[in-house]
Amino acid sequence: MTTTTRIAPDTAGSDDTTVIGEPIPAAVATTDRSDGGQPLAVEPEDRPRPINQRTIDDRASLWGSLGAAVAVVWVAYEHVLNFSGTVGFVLCSWLVFLAFYTAVSLLSQPWPIVKDRLAAVVVAGGALLVTFALATTLVTTFWNGVPALRHLNFYVKDMAGVSPGTDPLTRGGAYHAILGTGIEVLIGTLISLPLGIGTAVFLSEVRGTGTRLVRTVVEAMTALPDILAGLFVYVLLIILLGWQRSGFAAAVALSITMTPIVARSAEVVLRVVPAGLREASLALGASRWQTVWRVVLPTARAGLATSLILGIARVAGETAPLLIVSGATTFTNHDPFHRPMNSLPLLVYAGARSDQPLYVSRAYGAASLLLFLVLVLFIITRLVSRNRLNRRR
Amino acid sequence: MTDLLEPAPPAPEAPLDLDEPRLIDPGLPVGDRMFHGITRSISVFVLVVTGSIGVFLGYQAVPTLHRYGLRFFTETQWIPERNKIGVASVLVGTVEIAVIALVVAFPLALLTALYISEYSPAWLKSSLIAMIDLMAAVPSVIYGLWGFHILQPHALLISRWLATNLGWLPLFKVDTDPRAAFWAQSAFTSSAFIAGLCVSMMVIPLACAVMLGVFRQAPLGEREGALALGSTRWGMIRTVVLPFGRGGIIGGTMLGLGRALGETIAVLLIISPSFDIKIKILSNGANTVSALIAGNFGEATSAQLTALLAAGFMLFIMTIGINTVAAVFVGRSRSGAGTDI
Repeated sequence: MTTTTRIAPDTAGSDDTTVIGEPIPAAVATTDRSDGGQPLAVEPEDRPRPINQRTIDDRASLWGSLGAAVAVVWVAYEHVLNFSGTVGFVLCSWLVFLAFYTAVSLLSQPWPIVKDRLAAVVVAGGALLVTFALATTLVTTFWNGVPALRHLNFYVKDMAGVSPGTDPLTRGGAYHAILGTGIEVLIGTLISLPLGIGTAVFLSEVRGTGTRLVRTVVEAMTALPDILAGLFVYVLLIILLGWQRSGFAAAVALSITMTPIVARSAEVVLRVVPAGLREASLALGASRWQTVWRVVLPTARAGLATSLILGIARVAGETAPLLIVSGATTFTNHDPFHRPMNSLPLLVYAGARSDQPLYVSRAYGAASLLLFLVLVLFIITRLVSRNRLNRRR
Repeated sequence: MTDLLEPAPPAPEAPLDLDEPRLIDPGLPVGDRMFHGITRSISVFVLVVTGSIGVFLGYQAVPTLHRYGLRFFTETQWIPERNKIGVASVLVGTVEIAVIALVVAFPLALLTALYISEYSPAWLKSSLIAMIDLMAAVPSVIYGLWGFHILQPHALLISRWLATNLGWLPLFKVDTDPRAAFWAQSAFTSSAFIAGLCVSMMVIPLACAVMLGVFRQAPLGEREGALALGSTRWGMIRTVVLPFGRGGIIGGTMLGLGRALGETIAVLLIISPSFDIKIKILSNGANTVSALIAGNFGEATSAQLTALLAAGFMLFIMTIGINTVAAVFVGRSRSGAGTDI
């Protein structure tokens, strides 16, 4: 046995040794001494076991089972059993695919590998389903919004004197709602920015008595159901203090939701600022205030912007508090302190409840604008955080 | 030599007398004191405002609880005109929809988080993480619109299938005959099941982000150890990643539960309000605390408003309680404690 293995590599390896080992005679000696392991001797570096690589068997059983499952379900489901419906078809195909894949894998592989394969497709299937659900949400919103968005009047007219369900989409628009959302979010941001960042600075830079209490309460309040913020503002400002339903009351309700969000994410950002920078600043004789204002905050600028924008994106689509405190209108209202003020989420909500197709189209148009706003804010945060990463390198 | 030594004895005394110890902590300059005072007062203000929501709701709930007593928790109807007010049905409905949402969202969030952290190719990973972030940022009213117009027609078929084949379970029972050729679609619309499906879209990104965070922290040494011992990738996940991420899985799911309990607008868009305690999740009609508040505050008199505030207080207690427990779990798993294997 040993002799045959000796002979075989030697004869096969003689070419290799002449080609590779010629310049260095020592190499020939080592290959001769090793037991027929030319490849090992020639590439000495340690290579990790490839866990990503797929063999032909892997690929063939995966795609073969998938094709077979779809084909079988197509025949059985549509033609033999005469069921219908896309959802059922996909679900049945998935289950049949899992069965086929198990069976096919069991033919050639041991049970642990079969389990591994099954886990891989189940996990990927779950991720695919979530991606698909999000994609349909985005695509259908924009797709159904196109009829309303095509007309210029959608951006510059309000709904005063327009019947939303019967007048064509060339009449009326969402200007009042766009303006309302803009004003309310702007005021809400102006309130939450100093409060949120100030709290974050207290939590991460100043510290002292009460830090833990503030942190606990702020963290718990990020989960406050939005309707309760609205109810609180409604009862306090409108019932007890006798304010009007107005854009400002809505902005206060939004800032109650937004402040804890900004405070918590800003605190995380401030905590990441290297302590060495603070110590260097203090050692140079700067006061605490100067350190925070000149060193800590500028260092964390991008992260703070991200946390603020995330807060804005979160409250821009808040509907429940606005439903309670701002009131819906059809006319344009520039004054945030008097009279109700409409906003995009409320327009979407009103249209979505309607059964008139034209009103629903308007709702989709408003929803597309809202989604577009959120997407733009989202992309800005990505760009800002990417810049921050680049700069740090 | 002696000249040098002679003055030495008084030397130890002199510094003791003359030198006062340097003030190590001279206190803060005026500017810093103002700075501290301002940030502290901002925090206290935020603390008072946010904290007062709970106190306020609780305070407003007292008269109602006093007036109706335990009946407030056992009465199902909400008919203020006839002085019948109770949260039994809406509390059950809230929990029901939240549980449905979790049953759907938990496996999907777990699988998505596992895919992103363990399976996805490197070029796809950052896009998928961005996708989860985006999913969390989409306003709930848009999910409501999607759930009502896009999801519902498809979900009805699932409802019908469940009612047909599993209708013997009280959970999936429907009052009409699901086998009829012209089945009554309206019996299946606006159900707790469809609302739960829609709410799960908002739970998934929240739970997934937390799970992803802890999965990525599973120690590399143990991962490589498992692979080096010949484990398959799934074996490595089952023995290393999942045990290490247990706290995050529980915490993330509970955070999602808190979100699902408080969700208002998507539920309000989908359900048609009903005030029965029912476990027939597939049939038309359901209600939640937040939908009750959003639907009834408009025409409420002050007494009814107090009742709504009392209902809101119940919701507040539930969500804040669950979130605090969840935060403990997530915090513990992040700090690394409780992950000994």
